[in-house]
Amino acid sequence: MILVVAEQHEGKLNRATWEAIAAAQQLAGTAQQLAGGMPISVAVLGASTGGLGQELAAAAVAEVLVAENAALEPYTPDAYAAAVSAFIDSAKPAFVLLPHTYQTRDFAPLLAARIRKPLVTDVTGINGTGADATFTRPMFQGKLAAQVKPHGGSPAIITVQIGAFRADAVQKGGSAPVKKVDVQIDPSAIRQKPEAPFREAKQAVDLGQAERIVSVGRGIKSQENIALAEKLARAMGAEIAASRPICDNGWLPMERQIGSSGQTVAPKLYVALGISGAIQHLVGMKGSRTIVAINKDAEAPIFEVADYGIVGDLFEIAPALITELEKP
Amino acid sequence: MKIAVCIKQVPTREWQPRLNDQKTWIREADVSYEMNEPDAYALEESLRLREKHGGEVVVCSAGPARVQTVIREALARGADRAIHVEHDSLGAADAFVIAEALAAAMRDEKFDLVLTGLQSDDQGHGQTGVILAERLGMPSSTIIMEVQIEGSSLRVKRELEGGWFQWIAMPLPALLTIQSGINQLRYATLKGIMAAKKKEMKKAALPDGLQPSQQVVGLAVPTRSKQTQMITGSAADAARELVRRLRDEARAL
Repeated sequence: MILVVAEQHEGKLNRATWEAIAAAQQLAGTAQQLAGGMPISVAVLGASTGGLGQELAAAAVAEVLVAENAALEPYTPDAYAAAVSAFIDSAKPAFVLLPHTYQTRDFAPLLAARIRKPLVTDVTGINGTGADATFTRPMFQGKLAAQVKPHGGSPAIITVQIGAFRADAVQKGGSAPVKKVDVQIDPSAIRQKPEAPFREAKQAVDLGQAERIVSVGRGIKSQENIALAEKLARAMGAEIAASRPICDNGWLPMERQIGSSGQTVAPKLYVALGISGAIQHLVGMKGSRTIVAINKDAEAPIFEVADYGIVGDLFEIAPALITELEKP
Repeated sequence: MKIAVCIKQVPTREWQPRLNDQKTWIREADVSYEMNEPDAYALEESLRLREKHGGEVVVCSAGPARVQTVIREALARGADRAIHVEHDSLGAADAFVIAEALAAAMRDEKFDLVLTGLQSDDQGHGQTGVILAERLGMPSSTIIMEVQIEGSSLRVKRELEGGWFQWIAMPLPALLTIQSGINQLRYATLKGIMAAKKKEMKKAALPDGLQPSQQVVGLAVPTRSKQTQMITGSAADAARELVRRLRDEARAL
């Protein structure tokens, strides 16, 4: 069987959970027909999970398992690794699938290390079904895609890249049984003591509302050159944004960062200026309607998601674009 | 305070991938290497913590002989000494093997704090640090943006998604995986480079019998999910054509 571990915060499911279920259905061989593949169980964990079990039961899966334990709130890697390892002990799955979120990245390696089983992270594709499956994952900053076969017994733990599988592709089957499961967690074995999550500063700019965005990456080279990108943004009627390294350097404020640690946007037009397209950036913008990539490196992964691409020197192309846009 | 910082040597950002004949790995002969960027931030953080709390910083790296270049660079930036688990097979090893190799070499040192980058820019498993913590019997926390130490307790700022953060307290010894951008990097001075030559670099052997947790059966340039229309010509021509298509085809302007 395949175990999918759902992610929830304060009683709300992370949407990426559905993407992990879609991946599990493909892996099980049930994506095309409802019967005949490996059975799928979805586990949801928390202090109190409310109606989440019922919500998940709409998927075409064999069962939904609900584990409630006060030690699971707030999230800690120690408690989650203990709980999921208990699930694995009793259910003996062939695969465990999780969405590749920051939370998963925090506890999945601990789980894998503890039970000494393989962990394949950031999976973007599944080839074949069941025990023969291989998994596609990016390597070398997305410049290459690797086909990977887990080694070392079951379960193989697989984390699924955000956006790689479609939440709306999940087969709904109606009414999987929802079962309560007891998990024992020793509270004294939880070493991390988390405080409440917070936001650094009020988000003054909501880039999610912008119709057009001009976004700059390492290719802009220096802080002085940001002005060129800003000028292009003005000419396009766009907001200015950036990839992480630009904000790390303080060249633009953190609140203008696009990507997994910043904002997720889907504007009408997204112009990536000198952005190579690391996956952490792509997850934040690949839903944009039209994507333009301008980069000197023809092999840059950003071109994989672009509708229009120009390979060349942004210091020549951006001024030419401004001239063109300002023509009456 | 005895701090370890684990660093990896990875291909440079400018490197254009070339595959071996079996298309299962890269052609290592063509590669130019540098220090993994998140590890450089972890190194900087360890140096800042030593400046504040005293003690020593020990650079730990598992890899072929070539990784001594980045070990020397870390020593030149200010680390005190180094441990190198050296074996040719470690260049392409997965996170489990690297973590086990490092754990065996680091266990007896009884470090108070271990820092790593949050993931490597080559294989990018994002696992080595956390597995190493488990093998060393330490608690871990990942994607850290600030480190505070008071006596034997540790308080760290963990990055969450979408601009959120969270403070987490835990006892020492502990392992943290460091996010890029936590600090401003320093570069080696000439004095540092000279001093690095005299610093201790201890070799450690790779433990026998480590099994990989996964095998790369194929490696390829990713297939495009979209049909990208490439626009060529001089900068002026390309700009004119792009603006025309954005206006007429995409209706995005």
